[in-house]
Amino acid sequence: MKHLLSTRDLDRATAIGILDVAEDMAKTADREVRKLPALRGKTVVNLFFEDSTRTRLSFESAAKRLSADVITFSAKGSSVSKGESLKDTAQTLAAMGADAIVVRHHHSGAAHQLAHAGWVDAAIINAGDGTHEHPTQALLDAYTIRDRRFGDSARGRDLSGSRVTIVGDILHSRVARSNVWLLTTLGAEVHVVAPRTLLPHGVEHWPVTVHEHLDDALAAGPDAIMMLRIQSERMREAYFPSSHEFAREWGLTAERLALLGPDTMVMHPGPMNRGLEISSAAADSDRSTVLAQVTNGVSIRMAVLYLLVAGTSGIAESAGGAR
Amino acid sequence: MTTLLIRGAALLGDHVGDLRIRDGIIAARGALSPETDERVIDARGLIGLPGLVDLHTHLREPGGEASETVLTGTRAAAAGGFTTVHAMANTSPVADTAGIVEQVQRLGERHGYATVRPIGAVTLGLAGQQLAEIGAMARSTARVRVFSDDGHCVHDPLLMRRALEYVSTFDGVIAQHAQEPRLTEGAQMNEGVLSGELGLGGWPAVAEEAIIARDVLLAEHVGARLHVCHLSTAGSVDVVRWAKARGISVTAEVTPHHLLLTEELARGYDARFKVNPPLRRDDDVHALRAALADGTIDIIATDHAPHPTEAKECTWAEAAFGMVGLESALSVVQQAVVDTGMLTWGDIARVLSSAPAEIGRVAGYAHPLEIGSPANITLVDPSHAREWSTADLRGRSVNSPYLGRALPGRVVYTVYRGVVTVDDGALVEPEAVVAAHEEAPRG
Repeated sequence: MKHLLSTRDLDRATAIGILDVAEDMAKTADREVRKLPALRGKTVVNLFFEDSTRTRLSFESAAKRLSADVITFSAKGSSVSKGESLKDTAQTLAAMGADAIVVRHHHSGAAHQLAHAGWVDAAIINAGDGTHEHPTQALLDAYTIRDRRFGDSARGRDLSGSRVTIVGDILHSRVARSNVWLLTTLGAEVHVVAPRTLLPHGVEHWPVTVHEHLDDALAAGPDAIMMLRIQSERMREAYFPSSHEFAREWGLTAERLALLGPDTMVMHPGPMNRGLEISSAAADSDRSTVLAQVTNGVSIRMAVLYLLVAGTSGIAESAGGAR
Repeated sequence: MTTLLIRGAALLGDHVGDLRIRDGIIAARGALSPETDERVIDARGLIGLPGLVDLHTHLREPGGEASETVLTGTRAAAAGGFTTVHAMANTSPVADTAGIVEQVQRLGERHGYATVRPIGAVTLGLAGQQLAEIGAMARSTARVRVFSDDGHCVHDPLLMRRALEYVSTFDGVIAQHAQEPRLTEGAQMNEGVLSGELGLGGWPAVAEEAIIARDVLLAEHVGARLHVCHLSTAGSVDVVRWAKARGISVTAEVTPHHLLLTEELARGYDARFKVNPPLRRDDDVHALRAALADGTIDIIATDHAPHPTEAKECTWAEAAFGMVGLESALSVVQQAVVDTGMLTWGDIARVLSSAPAEIGRVAGYAHPLEIGSPANITLVDPSHAREWSTADLRGRSVNSPYLGRALPGRVVYTVYRGVVTVDDGALVEPEAVVAAHEEAPRG
């Protein structure tokens, strides 16, 4: 694996390998000296064309914990806002010696283009491209589910037998897409729930069970329920009539929270709209994995950077090396 | 005055015959012997076609000279076997006045590679608000007969009705770019399973079909002539078929790329495959081929749309819509519908020459390769095979979707008004073309 562009082209063994390396990375967080020398002398560039404090900080933190040099490039107020193209920006950063470029872009396919257009040679990590994919988010979600279910015996396992329900704006969500492909590859049963307006055309061909009503999906007994962020501008674009109606029909209200099984996880990629797609009761409940997801995100991103940049010969060996 | 003898071509792909060209017209046809001082082209093994006529070309001049000019565009046309092109109105300034269309026409005349027939804008500045000066363009020396806001749909139904009525006063036709604007906000590729997976905004088939359905009914109501640009879906074919059965005066075009390529090419986010209307499904491609074969679709037009490199070397969403197509058109058509046995070369002469000339009211193409017709001739080697490369492109831009793809056939000679513009596969230089026209009095 030279790049991480999408979860759709990750096979089961590679995905489990990343999760296992992330386990090793997580253990280092408990040590007195947290920093690993694995990427000493390597340069990781965070190239963010879209505001995203959380994802950027998570990648920065992951790269620094691996002792990489980190350059962060935010498009706002930079030459990009003066019309510089993706190609020129990427080539400029590559000329500064980037070993890996973590790219977040508001347009679908940007990471794929950086990896395949022949502009740069660095490893490309997709940190979210338009409405296409956000593979490290899906990996950290899968990690979180696996960790909650299996704890110390998680290593080497997939998610067979888990039922995960994704709720909200599936149409515009790169998190939903990456999770659908990855969780399915890992053997989980995936359900999606949204009003018909927020389901992609052709969703019936996806490897998922589709519900239009949240209560139907809850009745199926999910092991994890993943609430997606609803952007308020969708309302103005006539995807649904009002935020009240959305919250009532598709929000994880306190009443719906009470219907969930005792072990059902409540997940959210953040940032949350409390009172819209998720109630405070749900966000702050014991079932909520929101903060665990943030912590696990650093481990996953460490694992991905390590596997792509350190140039090790295999996942088993790398796992040993990180212990 | 010397004459030109073309020997041994399979005329319209049918029987072998010779053609003698004198004073820019076809003077003799049959089994002919060379005369003294006559230039002889050995065309054995080649197909003899009439010069091709493109009803949908973007020449970009004035205003877009970084991507194409009338000279470079007509050179690309000649390389592809075209002797007439219709220059779309979306230049800068827009071709919405007599002055602009006359200028574009004159540039074509001066360079001598092809007849340039300007298309006039339907609405002022392509803004869809008020009619452009259609009468002035029709009566100008450019004698415009085709009007289009191509790139934009004339979506206001009342304005479309008025435009259909008004151009009929001047024997004109509205060439509609059928795209319902509200249904295609943010549209990037065909709407379907793949657009959902790739996270690219969907361009649903219904946005094209709904406008075509509305327009054929409007054309019937006001008794005017309608032409549908670059039809791209199986549903559009059904609507046009229904309209023709009803006796509505509608013609339709399909591009070479919609006859060959599908939306799957979007998978790699390579913006060379971004075009409007977008590449569709395999089922659409097959429906379009069948419709061309049964006459529901009247013509093939290239929608040659040159763009500078930077307009394609960017993210898919940022990239411009469009692909160059003049040079590759005949090869693509050969692969899609001739080699598959759906159309004969005689059919190709109709859909790429006489029928588009009839729609555009261009004289001289009604009797292909017959004695007395202007000597607009294309000689094609159908047995040639090559991997398409930038070396095969003759315009100023290289945004071809076929680069690296194997394509059959090759234009070996193009003759425009008796002047050889492509000679044994090579474009003749501009000075030589101009000199040859000056030497040869027009027929």
